[in-house]
Formats: sequence, C-alpha cells, structure tokens
Amino acid sequence: MIRYILKRFFMMILTIWIIATLTFVLMNAIPGSPFNEERTSNEAVQENLERHFNLDEPPIVQYFIYLKSIATLDFGPSIKKPNDTVNDLLARGFPISAELGIIAILVALVSGIILGVLAALRHNGIIDYLAMMIAVLGISIPNFVLATLLIQQLAVNAGFFPVATWQSPMHMILPTLALATGPMAIIARLTRSSMLEVLTQDYIKMARAKGLAPYKVVIKHALKNALMPVVTIMGTLLAGILTGTFVIEKIFAIPGMGKYFVESINQRDYPVIMGTTVFYSAFLVFALFLVDIAYGLLDPRIKLHKEEGN
Amino acid sequence: MKKILEVNDLHVTFSTYGGEIKAVRGVDFDLHEGETLAIVGESGCGKSVTANSIMRLIPSPAGKIANGEIIFKGNDLAKESDKNMRKIRGVDISMIFQDPMTALNPTLTIGNQLTEGLRQHKKVSRKEAEQKALEMLDLVGIPNPKERLKQYPHQFSGGMRQRIVIAIALICEPDLLIADEPTTALDVTIQAQILELFETIQEETNVAIILITHDLGVVAKAADRIAVMYAGKIVESGTKYEVFYQPKHPYTQGLLNSIPRLDQKGERLEPIDGTPPDLFSPPVGCPFTARCPHAMFVCEKVYPLRHEPSETHYADCWLYDERVHTPNLTNKKEETT
Ligand SMILES: Nc1ncnc2c1ncn2[C@@H]1O[C@H](COP(=O)(O)OP(=O)(O)OP(=O)(O)O)[C@@H](O)[C@H]1O
Ligand code: SF4
Ligand SMILES: [Mg+2]
Repeated sequence: MIRYILKRFFMMILTIWIIATLTFVLMNAIPGSPFNEERTSNEAVQENLERHFNLDEPPIVQYFIYLKSIATLDFGPSIKKPNDTVNDLLARGFPISAELGIIAILVALVSGIILGVLAALRHNGIIDYLAMMIAVLGISIPNFVLATLLIQQLAVNAGFFPVATWQSPMHMILPTLALATGPMAIIARLTRSSMLEVLTQDYIKMARAKGLAPYKVVIKHALKNALMPVVTIMGTLLAGILTGTFVIEKIFAIPGMGKYFVESINQRDYPVIMGTTVFYSAFLVFALFLVDIAYGLLDPRIKLHKEEGN
Repeated sequence: MKKILEVNDLHVTFSTYGGEIKAVRGVDFDLHEGETLAIVGESGCGKSVTANSIMRLIPSPAGKIANGEIIFKGNDLAKESDKNMRKIRGVDISMIFQDPMTALNPTLTIGNQLTEGLRQHKKVSRKEAEQKALEMLDLVGIPNPKERLKQYPHQFSGGMRQRIVIAIALICEPDLLIADEPTTALDVTIQAQILELFETIQEETNVAIILITHDLGVVAKAADRIAVMYAGKIVESGTKYEVFYQPKHPYTQGLLNSIPRLDQKGERLEPIDGTPPDLFSPPVGCPFTARCPHAMFVCEKVYPLRHEPSETHYADCWLYDERVHTPNLTNKKEETT
C-alpha cells in the first residue's frame, strides 16, 4: 500500500509539473503584459514594476522562479491586486468554490443514483420514462444556459430565490442546481443501465432465492455492483464540475477561485494564473487518487497493494 | 417417508412480443423426504421454469403460473403471498444454480453471503451465524473455513465456489433443495465430487432434492426417480431402474440410445434428430410426433393417454394403447409416404 501511494504521489508531482510548464509556455505565448492597459504609467514606472515582478528576466529564469514558488507553495504577490498575495486569494476563494463544488457533486451523486435505481426497478414504467427524460434534458442543456434560465424564471420572474452571490443557503440553491444537473443526468443514466444489467445476474437471483427482503437485494447486492461504472467516471465528472464552477461562479457573481482564475487570465496576472492553475490541478489529481482508492474498496477484485510487486 | 411436495397440473406461461410462450403445460410430480428426483430433458423443455415456479422466482410480470397447484407441506405455494414466500425461500426450500462463477456476489465476502440468509430468517447473533457458517463450510469440504470466511469469491476455484453455493443453500436446513444443473459448468472430476457431496448431505440431513440435468451420467449416479420432460410436459416418469432399463416413451428411448453405455459417467445427451415443437402454439397431440420413429395418425390428433406399467412408472404414449393396433390407425409413415 505504501509503495502504491508513493508511486501515485510521484505521478501527481510529475503531472503538476507538466501542467505548470504548459501553463508557463502558454502564458508567455500570449502577447501583452500585465501593464499594457495602464495608461498613466510611464516607461520608468513600468520598468520598475517589471523588475519588481521579475518580468525583466529571461523566460528560463522566470520559469525557475515559478517552479520555486510552486515548490515552496508561496506564489508571491498578485500583480493586479497589490494588497493581496496569491495565497491570500486562494485562501479566500477556495472555501467558497469547494463548498459549491462539493454540494453540487453530492447533489448530483445522490439524486442521480436514486433516479437511476428507480428507473431500473420500474424498467419501462412511467418513472423510468420520466427519469430518462430528465436525464436527457440534463445532459443536453449546458450549465450556463440552465443557469441563465433558472435566474430568469425562478429569481427574476418568480422571485423565489436571490439572483446572485453566495451568502445564505437560499443563495446556494440555484448555482448548485445549475452545476449539478448535468453530472446528475449522466450518473442517472449510467446507474440505470448498469443496474438493469446487474439485476439479471445470477447472484441477484441467488439473493432472492435466499428469501432476502427486496430492499436488501437491491441495495446490498445490486447497487454496490451497479455503482462500479459510476465510480469509474467520477474522475471525468469531477473535472467537469471543477470547470463548471468557473462558469457558474462568473454567472452568479460568486467570489470563489474561479472568479480569480478567469480574472487573472484576462488581466495577465501571471502569479495568480500560475497559483490557481497549480492549485486546481493538484486538487483534481488528488481527487482522482481518492476515486481510485474508492474503486479498490468497492471491488475486492481490484487490489491496490499486493499485486503491485508481481 | 413423508411426502413434502406435490405439483399438480402446473402451467406456466410467458407473454412476449411474439405471443404467449407456454413453457410448462401441465406438469405433475411429487417428492418425499430424503428422495432425489431427477428432471431430464433437452434444452428449453421447461426444467428451469418448473424449478423456478416452485420457488416462485419466475420473472414477473412476463411470466406467470397460469394454473395448477404446488403443495409444499400442506400449503399451495402457487397462491402464497410474496411476503410468505420470502419466509419459505432459503429456509424451507433452497436453490442451487448452474454456474458457480456467477452465482456468488463478487463484492461481498463468503462469510457475509453465507450468513445473511440465516440472519434474515432466524434470530441468531453474528457469532452464532458465523459458527454455523463454519460448520457448513466444513460439511461441504472447504479447508481452513475460518480464514475462508473473510475471502471473496474470486479467491476460490469453480468447484470450491459450487461447494460454497451448496453451503449457502443448506445453512437454514431446508427440507427441499432444488439444484438446477449444479454440475454442468464443472469438469468431470469435480462433478463427481459434488454429486458425492449431495449424497453425504442427504444422508445427514434427509433433505429432498430435485436435480435438474442434461446429463444422464449424473442421473444414473444421483437420482432415485426420474421425470423426463419434453416440450413443457413430463412424458415419462419412474424409478431410476424403471426408466433406465424399461424406458417406455420413444423420447426416453432416444435419449438413452444416444449414449453408448449407461455405466460410463459424464456422457452428454446427443440430440435426437429434429427439434422440439414451437411453444407459442404447441401441438394438441403428442408433442414428439414430428420426431418419433413410431408416430401414428392418432398421435398428432390426440394427446396420448397415460400408460402405467407399474405404480411408480408411467409414460404418455399411444404405443401401449391396445386400440391403436387396430388396422385403421396403423403407422402414419407407411401410409402417407
Ligand atoms: N423469462 C422468459 N421469458 C420468455 N420465455 C422464457 C423465459 N424463461 C424461459 N422461457 C421459455 O420457456 C421455455 C423453457 O425454458 P427453461 O429455461 O425452463 O428450459 P430448460 O429446460 O431449463 O432448458 P436448459 O436446459 O437450456 O436450461 C423456453 O422455451 C424459453 O424460451
Ligand atoms: S404418442 Fe405417438 S408420437 Fe408420441 S411418442 Fe408415442 S408413438 Fe411417438
Ligand atoms: Mg435450465
């Protein structure tokens, strides 16, 4: 197990390094600099600023400065927000983004699984058709369209919910809904099809032949097996939710990391771009690692440790 | 010996897009304590459907018991509520399936799968259930049962898994065990071991067994009585010796002729020429007419009356009716061709 974790950890570092390098190359490939738009600044001031942020150094030196900042987990000051360091921005934005993301993924998982199981148990019944209709809609409507629709109908017209920002549980409902619906639909469809398949398996018949109560047959025997494919796609879904938070935070004016990330790119705020990108990728890579562990726990045939050596 | 099961005139149908499949069309048999009844016949003749009806595990709403009684210890299971059936399944009647590779849940430990039935039906503590599980694994011949309880199905071989499936079926001490092709998926030496295990268990527990199989070698080894099924009906039934040495029905004779020698184990049935009739609209007369070397006019028109050479032996065939030997009912093939 230790060996496996070490191996995974090494892979994570490698992945993050590659992402950081790509980000650096892309950052430098975009023309312009953080100070382009500052009309007031004269050349001397600009040079001073560039020196201050090491932008006068050759790219390779800058690259190593960034690598060092990643290694020390200290991304330095923001160029555009002189009172904040990048770490401040992350510390402020991450809890909000995490809250949004985690609530959305939980909502998507729980409702998707319930919907999928009900649809499978009532195969070709009304619940099945309804659930799959919801799922098809959920998959085909992009989250920004759904977000706008929700704001228009439920916040502006009906006035049930606040239009934007992230303050009370009431504020959280629409952004969560907008963010969770797509993944929920995917999970519901996958759960349904894998549940339908599992329900035809011999071990389900065997569980029935033992005289087990129906809920035990479904939950203990069928669901655990049916969730295997859902766990497999969790990585992709997590990535989807993560990028979804950029959009949703922007639309609902939620002061999360996504907002800083998008802003920093628009403003060429290099340290913030670097910091948020590395943070996001580290988070995602770690989440994928957790998904693999969960997979191993769910399916005893997959051994994370012992078989590693041979 | 006490009679524990009596099936009378069982009819089972499935509604499908193509129409109604009459899978079982009037099956009768009975079974006593400690007895093994083998049900044999070609694929699709309704063996599994008959077995599943007794457990009331026919996939509904497509399949249903259209008619008949399944009297088990005085109750008609055909009319029992689902709730009561759950108290009977696994406790009074257990079932063993064909493929041990798929019959165990891959994500649960053997111990869990062994004890869950016991814990559902009998008020026993985890400790007691585990103790019982150990005894069962011991009974079916799994070494190191204590460690094995914590393992998962993929850590066992096919033969071992079938032993575990048997242990699961027997843990609540049922009166009736239905084994649907329990050895078909296993290789020959393991087959023999499993059949011996059945014998031992039956001696110890006096459980009645319905053994469904294609394999006449298995029948010869394990059965007391035999029911030969064809196209949803039992066409011949008798003690093992009666059916093996004095087969009356041409279908049974065909089955027996298709193996070279009875004392050779493990010979599979070779198909008799032709195919069984369509069960969407089964023939009104003898269903074997199209394939029978002795078929007569009357066979096609009227279902044969039962011929009973002994109290325990019968065959549904016109050959033994005296009237058919009168000139106007003679052999169809000679007259028409
Ligand atoms: N779920 C079902 N839906 C529709 N028809 C079915 C269903 N189950 C069984 N049948 C039909 O019932 C008939 C009898 O099937 P059954 O499974 O009892 O055969 P069997 O004698 O057990 O054959 P085998 O030796 O292949 O297991 C078959 O013709 C089959 O088409
Ligand atoms: S009734 Fe006729 S067709 Fe049927 S088995 Fe007997 S002889 Fe053959
Ligand atoms: Mg079968």
